[in-house]
Amino acid sequence: MLKIDNLHARVEDKEILRGLNLEVKPGEVHAIMGPNGSGKSTLSNVLAGRDGYEITAGSVRYLDKDLLEMAPEERAREGVFLAFQYPVEIPGVNNVYLLKAGLNAMRAHRGEEELDAADFLMLVREKMKLMQMDESFLKRGVNEGFSGGEKKRNEILQMLVLEPKLCILDETDSGLDIDALKVVSQGVNASRAADRAIVMITHYQRLLNYVEPDFVHVLYQGRIIKSGDKSLALELEERGYEWVVQEAAA
Amino acid sequence: MATKENEVEQHLRSEYRYGWTTDIESDTAPPGLNEDIIRLISRKKKEPAFMLEWRLQAYRHWLSMREPDWAHLRIAPIDYQAISYYSAPRTSKNAPKSLDEVDPKLLETYEKLGVPLHERARLAGVAVDAVFDSVSVATTFREKLAEAGVIFCSFSEAVRDYPELVEKYLGTVVPQKDNFFAALNSAVFSDGSFVYVPKGVRCPMELSTYFRINAQNTGQFERTLIIADEGAYVSYLEGCTAPQRDENQLHAAVVELIAEKDAEIKYSTVQNWYPGDEEGRGGIYNFVTKRGDARGDNSKITWTQVETGSAITWKYPSCILRGDNSVGEFYSVALTNNYQQADTGTKMIHMGKNTRSTIVSKGISAGKGQNAYRGLVRITPTATGARNYTQCDSLLIGDECGAHTFPYVEVRNPTAVLEHEATTSKISEDQLFYLMQRGISEEDATNMIVNGFCKDVFRTLPMEFAVEAQNLLAVSLEGAVG
Ligand SMILES: Nc1ncnc2c1ncn2[C@@H]1O[C@H](COP(=O)(O)OP(=O)(O)OP(=O)(O)O)[C@@H](O)[C@H]1O
Ligand SMILES: [Mg+2]
Repeated sequence: MLKIDNLHARVEDKEILRGLNLEVKPGEVHAIMGPNGSGKSTLSNVLAGRDGYEITAGSVRYLDKDLLEMAPEERAREGVFLAFQYPVEIPGVNNVYLLKAGLNAMRAHRGEEELDAADFLMLVREKMKLMQMDESFLKRGVNEGFSGGEKKRNEILQMLVLEPKLCILDETDSGLDIDALKVVSQGVNASRAADRAIVMITHYQRLLNYVEPDFVHVLYQGRIIKSGDKSLALELEERGYEWVVQEAAA
Repeated sequence: MATKENEVEQHLRSEYRYGWTTDIESDTAPPGLNEDIIRLISRKKKEPAFMLEWRLQAYRHWLSMREPDWAHLRIAPIDYQAISYYSAPRTSKNAPKSLDEVDPKLLETYEKLGVPLHERARLAGVAVDAVFDSVSVATTFREKLAEAGVIFCSFSEAVRDYPELVEKYLGTVVPQKDNFFAALNSAVFSDGSFVYVPKGVRCPMELSTYFRINAQNTGQFERTLIIADEGAYVSYLEGCTAPQRDENQLHAAVVELIAEKDAEIKYSTVQNWYPGDEEGRGGIYNFVTKRGDARGDNSKITWTQVETGSAITWKYPSCILRGDNSVGEFYSVALTNNYQQADTGTKMIHMGKNTRSTIVSKGISAGKGQNAYRGLVRITPTATGARNYTQCDSLLIGDECGAHTFPYVEVRNPTAVLEHEATTSKISEDQLFYLMQRGISEEDATNMIVNGFCKDVFRTLPMEFAVEAQNLLAVSLEGAVG
């Protein structure tokens, strides 16, 4: 589904990604861990097509297409979803309006008709229930005045409604209280499917107790320096990153 | 999504959809302004003597006045002798008595504008007065309104049929000598709308006037007078379009609102005069004096404006809060793109006790557009317990446009409470990227953000027109972001 090959990317003359390799197949769940500033958000932004990154080498194939050639909205319509580390507020734009516009854009891209208002509302209500979100959030501006945790829930709500193929979650678990973490995990688990892949960026092994990953990777200075199964996360939690770095340097 | 400069510029070029002209025979006065022309206008309109006298007084005063130059505008000199001050579509009869007698070409014009005058096809519950160049061509729903006692007709008809009402109220809010453009208008005004809502009557439908400039080298000078008598309520909307021409055309209107005790007037404008082309050629010069007098206790006047057109906009819809507990509101969205310039805002003059005013101004600048908010809040010594809330937000799209804010405050009563908030922001890359990541195109994302920015104002428009206003913004902005 996703194949990243020797990816190099720079921001304002600073090389952040330095030869990153990663392959993700449908149905898999990958966790990416790594110290602050190692390039995790940069990777997700590059995959989603954010402006301001210069790709200096390497390639990214997504569903047999050159992902880097596609416009950001095209990537989204082809099923790439990014749950942002810091979701932005858009005052005055209804949350429900965004959901509808997004969903209809995807449907139009697939040659499907717009969902009628009643069906759409039913779908959204069902997903909100799963996320234990109050309906009042629909009428509020996108993320406007939402608490940190509410913003994260809202990201997962959007993911559930839009039903993407490749979900990239950038620290969706950060800033969540214990109950909210369970709710968000439920949302992510509900999204697991044979034709969908999930890439979770996280600092905490705790999330992985709820959403069990098939692979865990360590990103360090713009490269994946170690990969393993979920036991790697436990080991990292116990021992930190130092030993991995030393092992990689050896 | 590396942004290419030329792509941005290409997007900035948005089409003006109302740029066609109607080929119609018209009676047009020769260019120039003098007392004879004013007599001609008055004679053509079969006006009573007081009206001619009033016009001449205004004209004589205008001769001694100079154009105002304090606004943040760059204006090419206007040759007032090169303009024709009267143009009317030539009809078989002098004034059509019903829609059936209106020239079919005119009816077609309004169909094309999306303002079908045939009552069967009209927007639900909206009565329309259509003003073409200088004259009103049709007013719909008059019988139904008459049943409620509401007078809604062209200004010319009002002068003939209700001279006592006109004489009593005309110029009591905007005096002839108020300013250069108001004096000019008072001398040569051609037509406009007249509304009188009697005591205790809630006007049963929205009233609306559509102004259309068609003839070349003519100015349009409408005069609108709306009176809500004690306890009355009326909601009124004006819309304006003009053909696409290379020369600038002058539009200098005056609107007077009078709200008696316990009365309420809502006045909404969706202004879409031709803004000129991408190089700044042509477009309407829009110099308008709009003022409401909340004369009676507990009266209320609300101005809502969505200004997307005109090469130059000079306009400050104001409220004189004379009655105790009277309320004035001003909600404005002004958009400038390409070389458009707008200097707009409001004046809230607090005189009565416990008077309250709210100002919400949203300025959007794109291209090389210049957008200025100019507002005055004056609390006079008699206005004990007055309150004002002002919110002034500017949104910039691109690097070549400008936003300016000129708030003036004069407080002569220590009990006054004034709040002022102002923000200037750019459409942020973060917001655009967020929406695009959800599958929304850059253009739609821009429109969503702009509409969100204007929401507090659109909320105050009548339903049908809120949708129209949103679409208008979308067209005026077509992809103004790269
Ligand atoms: N626009 C930019 N200009 C300069 N440096 C940048 C910019 N964007 C990112 N960086 C730098 O790139 C590095 C990687 O940032 P990134 O946000 O990808 O880290 P991260 O792994 O997501 O960290 P965290 O765990 O703290 O979220 C950091 O050192 C950061 O300062
Ligand atoms: Mg990060």
